[in-house]
Amino acid sequence: MAATGAGAEVLPEHPDWLWRTPTPEASYDVVIVGGGGHGLATAYHLARDHGITDVAVLERGWLAGGNMARNTTIIRSNYLWDESAGIYEHALKLWEGLEDDLGYPILFSQRGVLNLAHSPQDVREGTRRVHANRLNGIDAEWLDPAGVKEVCPIVDVSPDLRHPVHGATYQPRAGIAKHDYVAWGYARAADAMGVDLLQHVEVTGIDVHDGRAVGVLTSTGTIAAGAVVLCASGHSSVLARTAGIDLPLSSHPLQALVSDLLEPIHPTVVMSNAVHVYVSQAHKGELVMGAGIDTYNGYAQRGAFHVVEEQMAAALELFPVFARAHVLRTWGGVVDVSPDASPIVGLTEVDRLFVNAGWGTGGFKATPGIGDCLAATVAHGKPHPLVEAFTLERFTTGALVDEHGAAAVAH
Amino acid sequence: MTPPLFRTEAGGLVDRSRPLRFTFDGVAHEGFVGDTLASALLAAGVHRMSTSIRLGRPRGVLTAGWEEPDALVQVDEPFPEVLPATTLELYEGLVAHSTAGQGRLSTQRDPARYDAMHLHCEVLVVGAGPAGLAAARDAAGRGDRVVLVDDQPQVGGSLLGTGATVAGVPGGQWAEGVRAELEAMPDVRVLTRTTVLGHYDDNYLVALERRTCHLGADAPDHVSRERVWRIRAGRVVHATGAHERLLGCVGNDLPGVLLVGAARSYALRYGVLVGRRAVVMTADDAAYDAVVDLVAAGLQVAAVVDTRPGGAAPHRVARVAELGVDVRAAYGVVGVRTPVDLDLGHTGSFVAGVRIAPIEHGDVVGAATDVDADVLLLSGGWTPALSLWSHAGGTLVWDADRSAHLPGVCRQRVEVVGAAAGQPTLVDLPADAETGAAATSWLVPGEDGARDEIVVDRARDVTVGDLVRATGAGLRSLEHVKRYTTAGTGSDQGRTVGMLVAEVVAGQPDGAAIGSLPPTAARPPYVPVSFAALAGRDRGVRSDPVRVTSMQDWHVEHGAVFEDVGQWKRPWFFPRDGEEMDAAVLRESHAARTGVAFMDASTLGKIELQGADAGMFLDLLYTNLMSSLAVGSVRYGVMCRPDGMVFDDGTVLRLAQDRWLVTTTTGNAAAVLDWMEEWLQTEWPHLRVRATSVTEQWATIALVGPGSRGVLAVLSPDLAVAAEDFPFMTWRDTEVAGLPARVARISFSGELAYELHVAWWHGRALIDAVVAAGASAGITAYGTETMHVLRAEKGYPIVGQDTDGTVTPQDLGMSWIVSKKKADFIGKRSFARADTARPDRRQLVGLLPADGTTRLVEGGQVVAMAELPAPPVPMLGHVTSSYDSAALGRPFALALVAGGRARIGDRLFVTDQAFQTVPVQVVDPVLVDPEGARRDG
Amino acid sequence: MLLIPCPWCGPRDETEFHYGGAAHVAYPHDPAALSDAEWAKFLFFRDNPKGPFAERWSHSAGCRRWFNAVRNTATHQLLSVYLPGESQP
Repeated sequence: MAATGAGAEVLPEHPDWLWRTPTPEASYDVVIVGGGGHGLATAYHLARDHGITDVAVLERGWLAGGNMARNTTIIRSNYLWDESAGIYEHALKLWEGLEDDLGYPILFSQRGVLNLAHSPQDVREGTRRVHANRLNGIDAEWLDPAGVKEVCPIVDVSPDLRHPVHGATYQPRAGIAKHDYVAWGYARAADAMGVDLLQHVEVTGIDVHDGRAVGVLTSTGTIAAGAVVLCASGHSSVLARTAGIDLPLSSHPLQALVSDLLEPIHPTVVMSNAVHVYVSQAHKGELVMGAGIDTYNGYAQRGAFHVVEEQMAAALELFPVFARAHVLRTWGGVVDVSPDASPIVGLTEVDRLFVNAGWGTGGFKATPGIGDCLAATVAHGKPHPLVEAFTLERFTTGALVDEHGAAAVAH
Repeated sequence: MTPPLFRTEAGGLVDRSRPLRFTFDGVAHEGFVGDTLASALLAAGVHRMSTSIRLGRPRGVLTAGWEEPDALVQVDEPFPEVLPATTLELYEGLVAHSTAGQGRLSTQRDPARYDAMHLHCEVLVVGAGPAGLAAARDAAGRGDRVVLVDDQPQVGGSLLGTGATVAGVPGGQWAEGVRAELEAMPDVRVLTRTTVLGHYDDNYLVALERRTCHLGADAPDHVSRERVWRIRAGRVVHATGAHERLLGCVGNDLPGVLLVGAARSYALRYGVLVGRRAVVMTADDAAYDAVVDLVAAGLQVAAVVDTRPGGAAPHRVARVAELGVDVRAAYGVVGVRTPVDLDLGHTGSFVAGVRIAPIEHGDVVGAATDVDADVLLLSGGWTPALSLWSHAGGTLVWDADRSAHLPGVCRQRVEVVGAAAGQPTLVDLPADAETGAAATSWLVPGEDGARDEIVVDRARDVTVGDLVRATGAGLRSLEHVKRYTTAGTGSDQGRTVGMLVAEVVAGQPDGAAIGSLPPTAARPPYVPVSFAALAGRDRGVRSDPVRVTSMQDWHVEHGAVFEDVGQWKRPWFFPRDGEEMDAAVLRESHAARTGVAFMDASTLGKIELQGADAGMFLDLLYTNLMSSLAVGSVRYGVMCRPDGMVFDDGTVLRLAQDRWLVTTTTGNAAAVLDWMEEWLQTEWPHLRVRATSVTEQWATIALVGPGSRGVLAVLSPDLAVAAEDFPFMTWRDTEVAGLPARVARISFSGELAYELHVAWWHGRALIDAVVAAGASAGITAYGTETMHVLRAEKGYPIVGQDTDGTVTPQDLGMSWIVSKKKADFIGKRSFARADTARPDRRQLVGLLPADGTTRLVEGGQVVAMAELPAPPVPMLGHVTSSYDSAALGRPFALALVAGGRARIGDRLFVTDQAFQTVPVQVVDPVLVDPEGARRDG
Repeated sequence: MLLIPCPWCGPRDETEFHYGGAAHVAYPHDPAALSDAEWAKFLFFRDNPKGPFAERWSHSAGCRRWFNAVRNTATHQLLSVYLPGESQP
């Protein structure tokens, strides 16, 4: 039957062919642990840009079924510090050409992101970030409450709110994309270049000999590797530990939800750190919202319901219009949070073992950028300039990239 | 008014004496109390209730409950909302229309109220069908506190829609009997119209009660519309029943095609026949019992075609055949004749005839024959409803004999009973309990053998062809297929179609066995729940507590404009006669520097420490030495986190040898107390120290300015106020305006100043007394903005404004406060790290705009060049504070600048609103009275 | 919503508690004697196992006292609680 699209915007069809289900080989030049967005993008860039195609991506579940399938797909680059702005803006530029690069409709929609300010201090911090962004070549504007209303008419900007909107930073080039399409676009392209995508293969340890990573131990046997790349988000600590490496990470549940399908009502992406709301309306019409991180360590991909209740209360303060929207489905992912809310990327004390972790809530938006930079790091055996600042050593020297403070806008 | 053509003469649970008028798609109809919108529309012969979202096909109602994939309708009145017509209890004046998949929200504020309640019990039973009622009665009989929850208005579950009897008693009557029995017990609560949304850790369940939704516009304002129940249970019983499965066949998505069990519910519960003449296609024995009930209710059943090779148990076949129904095993529906083209204007059934044919191994193996019918009823058997079980962490086990996933094990105390566990039901069964084989296929091809266009998921318009494409693309996991096709993502979460999807996926080359495919994960909520219900009452002023001081009334009376500081409302400034903020702040700060002024400083965090080791403890917390402080004296201090970054600052008063009063910033009061407790309890439990918050025990006024001593002298005639009698950084116990008071000589402005502390409940008396005493001196009230200007003129940082968690005391130019003598304090070790010792760290400096008139933007970036080059532009720091200064007669700013102290005297540039640059001179941050001559007045 | 057995108050809802991360990370006896790397371990590096995890909680909306717990981070199940200073059971 032909899709006619009675009411909703019709999603583009996926291609007729995605990827093989290969049998694992005994050895690969590069083994990537974790078949999420970062692992798949890294494999894609290794094959495309560095001619390294003897690559396996190992995924313990179904491909891109972890945080990649669970995030709220916000893409933006308006981070405070130069180091963060560098990698996220690099990613955003790649996002802008990704649909063509991958030959896959990823529904990248540059509908803009508003980060709301709710106090004079929020205004100062937002202004600081806008100015820093502009000097870093990132599109950013400061909007007063009337300007916020113009971009997103359903935000309540009346001054009698408990925490009224004092203004917002606005990044017009920011937006959303369809997560599965992105992951599958990378997977399909990587597979076509010869990368083996091995699903339902759980890595249980890293095989280290004489200070060098030589393979991985898996639920289905040992696989030898010329290099091992950890892209396992919440499970990074556990895996790195098997190679004797401690990472300064804690893994927490992070919840999100979708509503029933609604007529177009929300034209942009709104984030409010102070009241813990971030929301966009996806292409089919559902509202996609994220909650705050659950406080305790947890790997169960499940959070507590009071977090969702608090999030709904906060959402209705800003968006009274959402009162009779319905929560259709909630879920949780596992995010690995680092002490300075910035990632840990690069070489480790174990030769040929590369780490890419600690992205916390920022992983999805970085996908194309980290795929490019991590592949270059693996291929050349030295950090790509855009990830140089994100070494493990920074925790010893104190040269943190602290995105908690002025830019502490989650997600 | 359309007459209810399809209402039975009698029967059902609707109250035929209470008609209700409603409008659907612009047409007026009538139903009865007890109807749902779906049953009332079906009674009027209306099948079409929506348009499918992707294919634009007309859709009707498939089910009679929450598992409904299709009949989502838009309520217009009394208040816009999208709901399944099958769960929308009818009320007078309902206005609704069919949707095309997307709902519309009202731009008006939802006038309804919502709330939440907590409930604790030994046993929670979810589902008041026969199994749930029995479980609740058992538990209650043992004396447990029992809560029984069911989503329907009446108890009885499946009994409400069947002709079954329990122990010889008609099912509904038996259920009401048990309810009466339960409700007579003291510790039993029965919640109807209540759906459990999720089953969380430690047997915490969240349920939603629909309290007034069924009353429409008659809902009383004072009763919450929906209520969230937060239930903690010792043990939970899931008696959640089962969902009937859809069968795949050509035309199975048309209005007029329903599940058999739904048709039975409409007939027996609502007194509505879903058509005149039905064809039933089944892959399960239970449909035969339903046929018996349907025929008894007046529906003509032309044929029962059973897709299973062996059909049903002989006793069931015989019983249905006796009723004159043509029963055929190994037969399937291969086509549906429609009365009209898929004309969107048609509202009745789209079934005019059904074509049936013999099938074998999923293929059509004989000629099709045409059967007249206006409704097609399907049953693919039943899937145990185990979503909540999965929420709770329960595992699923495939049972090939029953062709269903059944509950495995769960780490929580949960058990599953009744149909949800695949257990035999309590209802009275025919003497011969034998049943036919369980289905192994749920898909019947079209007459030409084609399958691709058969709809699998009506909610998302997913066809067999879509699923085949997905597997053909290489996908093997049901989760991937779900995402590729969107099957199972509708508001019904695909409850009726899981087996059909699995069959198609498993049926592909190299496909796995159906049972080995893990089903897609069930996630809360079990049914869609409104945002408003979850938000509850925590909205508006209740969304976050508002804290005010005991002087709040005075501030309001005097026209204060307030600033939110954490949860506190603090006067920001006090405009006079239409003054703008800037003018007010210039006036207020001028008064503080030249006359006398005051502010409410009560929000200042205050913590009293008692104990012999308190001094030692403070030495560990603060960067400077506190233990040497004399009783009666005051010292300023800074605390850092272990990473060496400034965390808070404030003053410390030594009240006695073993008593100290620590003040904190307003926003950090709770965090500092927590910080102290954490160290005391977890690291240094040997220290004899007790910490108590006294923030709201003391109301505080800061009395500031050269004239402050004179005003204090009036307020405290017995106090020796001369500079030598009452030196800077000391405190005195005295009386102020006759109130017992503590007065400290502390200055956050560089001026002669006092903090007057009285008991919180004397706050209003204190402020009135201060105003009266200062009236002749022209005393001026000021707010937080002026406080900020005054401190900035002196280069005093505000933690959180001039710091951001990356700033050390040394960065603030406060090396003098970092003790070199103390062996250790929190943060000390971090100062020796490579990065914290860098000379080019960002340091606090003052900035003077070169033109003497431009006020810099707070947050503006500091750069070295006037003309900005192409990005990325190297940034040296940013402006943290920027004000017009009455004392300086010009604007000034504080900034964190890389290597800033070495740049004092340099010319740098700051970005402005237009992202051009403004030249500035880097100066020492202390701009007013650098000699400190003014603090003694 | 975990049900957390406060050693002093009994079982209470998770929302009454403040989470304190890994337990048994003692403040170094002599920070000045540590290398930068050792100091960094204390500041930033914490166990993050998938499975039983010794962690700290404070009953912040109740008795305001800290205690330790062993909880399985893979299932969220609380296995035991014990007092600060006691060793992990």
